[in-house]
Amino acid sequence: MSEPGSFAIETTGLVKVFGTTRAVDGVDLRIRAGGVYGVLGPNGAGKTTTIRMLATLLRPDGGTARVLGHDVVREADMVRERVSLTGQFASLDEDFTGKENLVLLGMLYGYARRDANARADELLAAFGLEDAADRQVKHYSGGMRRRLDIAASIVVTPDLIFLDEPTTGLDPRSRNQVWDIVRALVADGTTVLLTTQYLDEADQLADRLAIIDHGRVIAEGTPGELKASVGSGALHVRLRDPEQRMEAERALADALNIPIALDSDPAALSARVNDAELVAHALSSLSQSGIEVTNFALGQPSLDEVFLALTGHPAEEETTQEEPVA
Amino acid sequence: MTTRTTSLPGTPDAISEDRLRTALSPRARPAKPGPVAVSLTFGWRALLKIKHVPEQLMDVTVFPIMFTLMFTYLFGGAIAGSTSAYLQYLLPGVLVQGVIIITMYTGMTLNDDIQKGVFDRFRSLPVWRPAFLVGALLGDTARFGLASAIIIGLGLILGFRPDGGASGLVLGTLVVLAFAFGLSWIWITLGFIMRTPQSLMAASMMVMFPLTFVSNIFVQPETMPSWLEAFVNVNPVSQLATAVRGLMHGDIETTALTVSLLSPVGLTAIFAPITMYLYRNKK
Repeated sequence: MSEPGSFAIETTGLVKVFGTTRAVDGVDLRIRAGGVYGVLGPNGAGKTTTIRMLATLLRPDGGTARVLGHDVVREADMVRERVSLTGQFASLDEDFTGKENLVLLGMLYGYARRDANARADELLAAFGLEDAADRQVKHYSGGMRRRLDIAASIVVTPDLIFLDEPTTGLDPRSRNQVWDIVRALVADGTTVLLTTQYLDEADQLADRLAIIDHGRVIAEGTPGELKASVGSGALHVRLRDPEQRMEAERALADALNIPIALDSDPAALSARVNDAELVAHALSSLSQSGIEVTNFALGQPSLDEVFLALTGHPAEEETTQEEPVA
Repeated sequence: MTTRTTSLPGTPDAISEDRLRTALSPRARPAKPGPVAVSLTFGWRALLKIKHVPEQLMDVTVFPIMFTLMFTYLFGGAIAGSTSAYLQYLLPGVLVQGVIIITMYTGMTLNDDIQKGVFDRFRSLPVWRPAFLVGALLGDTARFGLASAIIIGLGLILGFRPDGGASGLVLGTLVVLAFAFGLSWIWITLGFIMRTPQSLMAASMMVMFPLTFVSNIFVQPETMPSWLEAFVNVNPVSQLATAVRGLMHGDIETTALTVSLLSPVGLTAIFAPITMYLYRNKK
């Protein structure tokens, strides 16, 4: 394990240019060893490109990056020996069985065939893939593929693992399984760098976060700090009848005397407020106006709101754009 | 949170925390494997591919059989007066064509690996980097060898009687394999550059068809117009066919043999470094 105070990842002014796009535009990161560090941002923000540079798969066009104390360009081999990457798209042999994929990697890491077999069995059992061990990966579900992909990354337990959007496209159950695996990795002393475009995922897993937009880090801190930086808590209200939203907006604005935000959910509204008394007053004024509320909550702002406050646009806005990476 | 101890068949199994912790517990790393061990492992991967996708052997089994039968019986009477006489001339050439055409699958397999992302995983491993390509070439030996055995076996059944005997057959085949390895580097290079396996196949067909048909594989160039004859004579595939014929029939054509052996050396010297550059810098 690294001594306290040492950085697992340290980048200064990291830049990657694809044609005319500055996919990564001066990223500075200081990530301590241990725990989960989240890199949060919409599609095309530069998350994958950053991770690929840190995993020695792409050469930076500017700036420096040190991973576990080694420069990613000059000491790429030293970095490769201690990290592993689980990419956004499963990097597995589709035609091979789950077990064959793991045995192959075990042998590439230097295990004899028999030890590689034993390690593969152990990992398949641990990841709940025993029954699928001898099935070809192309017949796996998305969640099984993801788990096998992560298993493939820890055939030899790395000191640092990069997980690039590990739960994108997974159903909630599979997502929870991946989260369990991430937590187990961390408990074991591995540092996890995880990218995600899901704010709740970052909230659930990450000890610290960097928010990236247009190739730059726009905010950094613990999820709590980032929420606090937005300034206040938030009231969320959900109406029974979406038709009444305009009416509810007026009623709330009168009661709270602040601007009311209309959420993407057509029946929901929110407002930045943390005075409970004021909120009680606002809710009663809704019911006096005959507007039925199915759900309300007063709490810290969600990371969605943090993102909106920091960037001026919601996190999901750019999801149709392609990450400029092959 | 519900904890499941058993799971329905076909659904993802529950993850056991204990097993997870055991599997993740720190342990000694295996010793770093050497270049040979890693190359052999990648070679094993190529063979495993053949096991799971036996269709890819169609090209190395069915096509050579088709070619040998078709050309022997279609052209035999017309070109050489009898099929058995023609077969003596044709068979070494069909061997050359059969093996040369399947070299492009080396590039296609690689291109497929790159598109699928498995390439990223291999490239991020702490191993001797050329091993991935060397292993692929080792796997190809199996394919080329199988195709050669089928063509020669079928030829012998149909009445191919080489004067050079068994040693001539083996030497001739080895020269074809050496040439095929050299040629593979071109397709590997294209495998890094082309966007899809299909476009790679289209590009290689454009090169392969003229190169193998506009050669002396099927007919003696003396009957051709002089400009075509000139091209056929400098075509390295003609030189290779001549060299292999010579070895198999027991009279060695020194010039053709030298050209056939130097071509792959030259191709490797040019394309292997380009490939390694592309490998390191692939986005």
